[in-house]
Amino acid sequence: MREIVAKKITETVKNLCIEANTNLSEDVVEALNKALSKEDSPIGREILRQLINNAKVAWRDKLPLCQDTGIVIVFFEIGQDARIIEGTLEEAVNEGVSRAYHDGYLRKSVVADPIKRKNTEDNTPAIIYTKIVPGESIKIQLLTKGGGAENCSALRMFNPNSPKEEIDDFVIEAVEKAGPNSCPPVIVGIGVGGSFDYAPVLAKKALLREVGRHHSEKDTANWEKELLEKINKTGIGPMGLGGRITALAVNIEKYPCHISSLPVAVNIECHAHRYKEAAI
Amino acid sequence: MVKKSKTKLQRLKPPLTDKDTNALRAGDKVLISGKIFVARDAAHRLFGKRPPFDPAGAILYYASPTPARRGKVIGSIGPTTATRMDPFTPNLLKLGLKLTIGKGERSPVVKAAIKKYKAAYLVVPGGTAAALSKHIKKSNIIAFPDLGPEAVLELEVADFPAIVAIDSKGGDLFEQGKKKYGIK
Repeated sequence: MREIVAKKITETVKNLCIEANTNLSEDVVEALNKALSKEDSPIGREILRQLINNAKVAWRDKLPLCQDTGIVIVFFEIGQDARIIEGTLEEAVNEGVSRAYHDGYLRKSVVADPIKRKNTEDNTPAIIYTKIVPGESIKIQLLTKGGGAENCSALRMFNPNSPKEEIDDFVIEAVEKAGPNSCPPVIVGIGVGGSFDYAPVLAKKALLREVGRHHSEKDTANWEKELLEKINKTGIGPMGLGGRITALAVNIEKYPCHISSLPVAVNIECHAHRYKEAAI
Repeated sequence: MVKKSKTKLQRLKPPLTDKDTNALRAGDKVLISGKIFVARDAAHRLFGKRPPFDPAGAILYYASPTPARRGKVIGSIGPTTATRMDPFTPNLLKLGLKLTIGKGERSPVVKAAIKKYKAAYLVVPGGTAAALSKHIKKSNIIAFPDLGPEAVLELEVADFPAIVAIDSKGGDLFEQGKKKYGIK
């Protein structure tokens, strides 16, 4: 049994929140540079150049990449031989979020009640997923998710006998509907299988995969490539002003499901993909 | 050979007139200097019949910045999705508002109002918030401070860059772009 003080989790969450918001990960920067070399539209190219420049300014001046510094979503993998002491996991995470959004000059974008809509003023609470795994360490995957792209997500319960083309059409439709509002070029997370509630979790988990790395299964990797090609034929382009690059990546995650079900969820992420991970 | 671009660079300084907005075409680049106002979802709900600023000839930017570091004017300030403000926009245009700035599409009703009131809608790329902050010279809260990040601001901007997306003649860069680059 390994003991981990809650304070350590607070500190890690705080650092990850600030880092995610000010330092655009290398895989995303690389994808933007690649997009720039492929884009035909002059406005599209100019926008991509502005995005790359923005990442440099944000890093240099310790400024958030985007004013929407998001709601914090954390995926934990907690070793079953680790024991959190001197506090609870949930309190530790929210304390880390609160400190990051205060000390890091990040925008507080969370309301306490979805109907009454009063700001909580410290960007808490975070959305926390936990999975118990073998071992004694804690893995933290943290995403700060903006509202614009998140609003463009979709879920559909397909007939298990539906041809795969129907799923493709549904994904394309979601991206087209999202259009300029989702801050393209986007990253498309797709969850296939599970249940009504689990498919969107898979779609979100799909966003955690490095941009440019495909699914380990060959069929699924090919499906990702096909979908990416189809999405980039829509012409939506950077910020929806027309162009060849509408998505930087399509990531699919799958899970077994019921014999009568085929749930598919699409979670859209803007180009300012703010994701970091750490292990304790 | 360098392909000659048909788009123009226009400099704008509010208050704007019909003449200013009528000269704008979808795809034009503009640089704005002077006073602009900032408001988004919650503030629009509280506007009632009139916003807490003079809309005549004014520019409204849909945004809410991150907090300013000590000694700085403002934090990062990029656009939010304009579409959510669609229900409120025709009334503001009727009152004389000339330009709205945001990201994303506008409804057919807003597009019709833009034509009717000789206005325009500009976009700035979402996710360029850090770079855009360099164009803000002054920032003051002018209404609803209780809304925190959603308070209404008056900004003094210098060479603030934007692209005309919808013009007063019905030009729509989103439609034009998709048509041009879409592959059937």
